[in-house]
Amino acid sequence: MPAFGSFSLLIALVLSGYNLLAGTVALRQLAVGRRGWISPERLAETARRAGIASFFATGCAAFALVWAAFTNDFSVAYITEHSNRALPAAYKFAALWSGQEGSLLLWAFLLSAYGFVLRVRHKVDVKLTAYASTILAGIQVFFLLLVNVAATPFSLVTGAIPADGNGLNPLLQYPEMVIHPPMLYLGYVGFSVPFAFALGALMMRYPGEKWIHITRRWTMVTWLFLTVGIFLGMHWAYSVLGWGGYWGWDPVENASVMPWLTGTAFLHSVMMQEKRGMMKSWNVWLIFSTFMLAILGTLLTRSGLVSSVHAFAQSAIGTWFWVFLVIVLAVCLFTYILNRDHLKSEHKLESLVSRESSFLFNNLVLLAACFTVLWGTLFPVLSEYVQGNRVTVSAPFYNRVAVPIGVFLLFLTGIGPLLAWRSTSVRSIAKNFRLPAIVGLVAAIAIVPLGVHPWTIFTTDEQGAFYAWVTLAMSAFVITAIFAEFWRGGKVIQQKSGQNLLTSMVQLTRRNTRRYGGYIVHFGIVLIFIGISGQAFNQSHEQAMNYKQTFKLGPYTIECLDYSQDSNPNYDTEFALLNVYRGGHLVTRLSPELRIYAASQQPSTIVANHSTLAWDLYIIYAGKDPATGQPVIKAFLNPLVAWIWIGLIVTILGTLIALAPNISAAIAAQRHRVAVAPEVVAAGKAGD
Amino acid sequence: MRRLNRFALLPLLVVLGAATLGSADTETRYNDLGHKLMCICGCSEILIECNHVGCPDSDRMLGELKAAIAGGDGNDAVLAAFQEKYGPTVLAAPMLTRFNIVAWVVPPGLLLLGLAGTFMLVRKWRLRTVAMPAVADDPASMELRERIRRETEI
Repeated sequence: MPAFGSFSLLIALVLSGYNLLAGTVALRQLAVGRRGWISPERLAETARRAGIASFFATGCAAFALVWAAFTNDFSVAYITEHSNRALPAAYKFAALWSGQEGSLLLWAFLLSAYGFVLRVRHKVDVKLTAYASTILAGIQVFFLLLVNVAATPFSLVTGAIPADGNGLNPLLQYPEMVIHPPMLYLGYVGFSVPFAFALGALMMRYPGEKWIHITRRWTMVTWLFLTVGIFLGMHWAYSVLGWGGYWGWDPVENASVMPWLTGTAFLHSVMMQEKRGMMKSWNVWLIFSTFMLAILGTLLTRSGLVSSVHAFAQSAIGTWFWVFLVIVLAVCLFTYILNRDHLKSEHKLESLVSRESSFLFNNLVLLAACFTVLWGTLFPVLSEYVQGNRVTVSAPFYNRVAVPIGVFLLFLTGIGPLLAWRSTSVRSIAKNFRLPAIVGLVAAIAIVPLGVHPWTIFTTDEQGAFYAWVTLAMSAFVITAIFAEFWRGGKVIQQKSGQNLLTSMVQLTRRNTRRYGGYIVHFGIVLIFIGISGQAFNQSHEQAMNYKQTFKLGPYTIECLDYSQDSNPNYDTEFALLNVYRGGHLVTRLSPELRIYAASQQPSTIVANHSTLAWDLYIIYAGKDPATGQPVIKAFLNPLVAWIWIGLIVTILGTLIALAPNISAAIAAQRHRVAVAPEVVAAGKAGD
Repeated sequence: MRRLNRFALLPLLVVLGAATLGSADTETRYNDLGHKLMCICGCSEILIECNHVGCPDSDRMLGELKAAIAGGDGNDAVLAAFQEKYGPTVLAAPMLTRFNIVAWVVPPGLLLLGLAGTFMLVRKWRLRTVAMPAVADDPASMELRERIRRETEI
């Protein structure tokens, strides 16, 4: 099987190389109007087919590695390092991305899978797809070169084949690890497609905005994957790492959030190009930057340039990524300089108070957030270069610098949809802003008695309560603004059709899925902000506990019922059995664990979490008190965390709605068996 | 009325501020400073959040932190002492000294510059009231844009 895998990778490289070369020659011939001994159309078709075949070859290589994991083929060094016989089947599958070589193979495979879909659907626009396919082939060649030369997943062990492997990193032995990395990679890799289309469209001076229309769904799906990947990672960190938090501003986390921020900016600003023919250069560079940031993030975390808790991802392949990044930047710059006259805006901003300018500021703030993250990640390197010593840039820096930017972004999320395209009148502003502003103010006052005391920023070093107060008040403002939009539009349809308001709002959403799906995404993001704001009020308590001993944390009383140990072939475990009471009533029974994995002899905490909408009671087994042998229990009371995961679900739902095609007003009315007057079609415009 | 509000707000803030002045107790300071320091064992975690089993450094460092607070040292003095002993990487964020100021100033500075630049750009565009020349769109492109408009409006 290792030979089959290696051979498949080699074949994939050859096929992708052919796709790149033949595609380039064919497109060049088409551009200059020259014909060789094979017509450029036929040459381009062979290139496309080679690209399709490369997907199958890469798929075979990925299969070979998974097969080697499942059959405990320890002749493969990668399998020896990342798997063992006692490893459960699902985690053997996860071995594919648990190490450097495997994750690069996964990257190459997903890239070829995206390429496969793109090449099969080439009839959507044959010439533009040919450009995009050739550019994608170039990226494929890079990753296949990596796995063929620099980080080969099928290298054989030297000497005798070991009887068992070292096992999977214990931190990765968690159900979410089976889906988190593929989701994240689908996000990273997916941005290659809009990048390829954008670069291709620029190279061929593609007329109009059709390339944006073609890539809109690609971009949204990719954004969704990246979003889900990032949040699954947060949930994994929260559930497995056992420090009571979900985001540590580690360089690997930062690497994932940077392309997300520019991708989000692209999704917004692209609407200005579609609707008004504006910001063409900006959009092209946004998608270029998003792709390059995905590569830069990989470079930062794998080259060892910055230190990270994700140490398993570091190696010496940084040079490869540097070279690739420089080539990509050079190609983008060269293409842009040659064709920049093609990207002239057709309109310019007419008013500072308009939907366009809100998009402009939204983009600016998103880019500022992205720059802050990049700056914080790279500053230790810069400091070492300038001062001769490294400094640490961690949570306190981001909390002070990035959080205010995030709050400003939340504010823009609220006001953007309230502004009209081109220009908004003062009367319209007053009308649209009145209710959200009142609700925001009421919320700002109402949360003070609940313990949100913003004035602590003046009396202590702590800023969390102030930002939480601003965030919660702003969230009330934004949520009201969003629901007012639904209410206004739904009301108009209701008046015309006689349906109830809820049905009218559903119909409104189905008639313009992109707009109202987008609002639902905004709602989800606001819920996430609410969840994050709870972090300012986290409480914790640590105590060694004897039988029947208790301690209080917030409204809960935690009692140690028992503690013991157990073992199975994969790990030994120590655990405590805890009763949780509230108001004298038993609420739940929790069992935090500490596992020592047999193969690696590495410890791992298994968190016990009692989650409610108000707060999470998050308990870890921190080890045994060496003096008494009693379990040391560390408990956290983390307010509002559940809203982060609820917000994610709402965001997914909103994105899926935005991806769905619109239903026409007539069909919608027919489905509701209501005779629709012609003016109903235009009724929803009241919501604009 | 507006003046009355201003006068009512001021004493309220003073009272609220005074009520919370004593809140920076030892435990709050321990928690606050513990979040401003890193564990030095190589785990790259915030000191007070370092939870890896058998860590050779975090318990000792937290003990030193408790002792420093109990000894009556100010926050800056505690952080400076840790920096002196363990090097600059022990601080979770760079202090406002010499080159490190750049870390704090550049991101908000660029955002402000960007905002100012955007305001000026929009203003410049608005002052140029000359109509933009019509772009020679082909019919297919015009039709597509019309379709996009239809799909994105209700």
